[in-house]
Amino acid sequence: MDAFILQILNGLDKGSAYALIALGLTLIFGTLGVVNFAHGALFMIGAFCAVFLQRILSLSFLTVDETRTDFLGNPMKVETPYVVDWFGPELGNAIIDWSVPLAILFAIPVMVFVGFVMERGLIKHFYKRPHADQILVTFGLAIVLQEIIKYFYGANPIPTPAPRALAGAFDIGTVIGFDANTIIYPYWRMIYFAFSLIIIGGVFGFLRYTTFGMVVRAGMADRETVGMLGIDIDRRFTLMFGIAAAVAGLAGVMYTPINPPNYHMGMDFLVLSFVVVVVGGMGSLPGAVLAGFLLGILESFASTSWATSALPGINQIIIYLVAIIVLLTRPRGLMGRKGVMEE
Amino acid sequence: MLGLSSKDTALLIIVALLALLAPVLLNPFPEASAMAQFNAGYPDLMQRFVIYGIFAIGFNILFGLTGYLSFGHAAFLGVGSYAAVWMFKLLSYNVVPAILLSVVVAGLFSVLIGYISLRRSGIYFSILTLAFAQMSFALAYSVLSNPKFNLTNGETGLQVYTDDPQIFHRAGLPDLPHFFGLSMRSTYTVDMGGWSFDFNAGYYLCAIILLVAFYMSIRIFNSPFGIMLRAIKSNQQRLNYTGLNSRPYTLAAFVISGMYAGLAGGLLAAMDPLAGAERMQWTASGEVVLMTILGGAGTLIGPILGAGFIKYFENIFSKINDNVLHQWFSFMPDGAEDFLVAIVHPFVGKGWHLTLGILFMLVVIFLPGGLVEGGQRIGRFVFRRNNRKGGGLEPDAKAKQPAE
Repeated sequence: MDAFILQILNGLDKGSAYALIALGLTLIFGTLGVVNFAHGALFMIGAFCAVFLQRILSLSFLTVDETRTDFLGNPMKVETPYVVDWFGPELGNAIIDWSVPLAILFAIPVMVFVGFVMERGLIKHFYKRPHADQILVTFGLAIVLQEIIKYFYGANPIPTPAPRALAGAFDIGTVIGFDANTIIYPYWRMIYFAFSLIIIGGVFGFLRYTTFGMVVRAGMADRETVGMLGIDIDRRFTLMFGIAAAVAGLAGVMYTPINPPNYHMGMDFLVLSFVVVVVGGMGSLPGAVLAGFLLGILESFASTSWATSALPGINQIIIYLVAIIVLLTRPRGLMGRKGVMEE
Repeated sequence: MLGLSSKDTALLIIVALLALLAPVLLNPFPEASAMAQFNAGYPDLMQRFVIYGIFAIGFNILFGLTGYLSFGHAAFLGVGSYAAVWMFKLLSYNVVPAILLSVVVAGLFSVLIGYISLRRSGIYFSILTLAFAQMSFALAYSVLSNPKFNLTNGETGLQVYTDDPQIFHRAGLPDLPHFFGLSMRSTYTVDMGGWSFDFNAGYYLCAIILLVAFYMSIRIFNSPFGIMLRAIKSNQQRLNYTGLNSRPYTLAAFVISGMYAGLAGGLLAAMDPLAGAERMQWTASGEVVLMTILGGAGTLIGPILGAGFIKYFENIFSKINDNVLHQWFSFMPDGAEDFLVAIVHPFVGKGWHLTLGILFMLVVIFLPGGLVEGGQRIGRFVFRRNNRKGGGLEPDAKAKQPAE
């Protein structure tokens, strides 16, 4: 039983990332009808927002401290970050330590802006063209974005740790009545899960309870009629693209402590997120979230030692197998609506 | 000739001449000159031109004719390579059984994948083939290389070892892939003045197979079967309403293009007896899509052009480094030289993929018909100006700037 719960917990953090990316993909597909192969790149750009902010905050200047000497006997050179200099050692070091959570604030405007530029500058021109062209141009864009990041940050993963206060692990087992040290779960993964639930809830609430969201939902159902009612639906859809980009970006920001970001992390997640969207049902927001968590947990179960000893390598292919089975038996996905992209 | 119209015959002859004279044509600069780095006439690169040309021709039969965008064709290339290396390991280094088996295995594999993926179309088809290719990659990379059952040799890549059976291998035969005794690496070098031309046995084997493959693709394009495939592309629903079942046709196109990919994979292994899982990764599938689109999907010559273009510039661009750039711009004042080098630097050497991505986006945005359409537009432009008809000038797509 404790092993069972542990596997579910282990699946949650990856599942959260899948769910967030798939949610953004579905938002874009549902509103604009565009299949966005560059969505993984948005996830990666979000992660590099965190890296960028960390680098900015750690910018420092050198001073020579005459009172201490280094191992060669020369006066020691001390690096002092500017933030420490400005805010004093306590607050300054805390700011550097908390750079990843701070990056959330930084990433939201950046990602909305990136999404806005992408939609207005490129994707707008592809609404009328076939899906194959949309796939191809966004695929090209994904290559360009990831090569730009590679140019600036190199090919190696960049460690971006969580704040020290949150770096430990929590013994969940003792809370829910198991022995100590059976179910241990890192704080940050718990935070990631909670964070993703908040974002998902926020997006759903926004669509459900605001007038803006209502118009967007109406536009998803029937774009032309909404347009005829005198509503500028294109502008709202552009904003939705920005929101979808921000969701992917935030997923990336918060994922950096779990997995050090590198330039191709977006592509790695993208393929799986597509599978998630298809399993959940193209155009269905709850389906994307549900399938994201389900596949994340399934992957975690397939990685257990008894599963891999029964079928070696099952953890590598389980998601694809499930996707193929779902597509063949229930082509519109778990929660897909009838008539959406069913040809 | 050979059942082709005169236009297609001319095209075939041009391609044949280009392919057979490539060792000369691709070495236009003398060996010692500074431009020698732009020569492409060495066996390894020429083989890659031709092999990826075959791959792209096959992909074009599926994508160009039926409009089904497969994102998993590299899987067939990889399967073909593995099959060929297994033939080397079990029988002998003779390339004929290896290439035959690679085509057959890739064909069977594509029947399996095609039967499932072709139940869906559009974006679902792309994602299904992508999922299959990634699954094959995972299988080849880790699952099928456990000690109990080692089919792919995992990360190291499948290769021939001295203790392999090789039951038909005899003492007189070369210890490398050969065609009934003629080693694929044997090269006849001609020195003429400052030039030196390499005539390589492996390249000519690939070139002849390319010509056969190209001929077959022309025949498929012009056949009733090809017309049926085009009908599927233009309106599959209407075709179904007329009472025709389109699935056997799409499946046939899928299997044919899978066999072309397997043939390319087998040839890759025949030139260098090594098969690795990275050949199956989805970036490799993306590459063949790039080649076909860049050259011009749905045209006969486009895929070959695209494959040659990408492989050539991949090779040349990735060789250019800062020293070379400084040499080029050395005629300028120092400040301007450094400035230009700094601007060009991100796009060459390791940054070649950036150039490729930008190029690809530009082609998809402005030239959906690829290089072939670009050539036609330029041709029309020049032609019209010469005739002084004026009016309705075609915009020169290459002069436009990216939208971003």
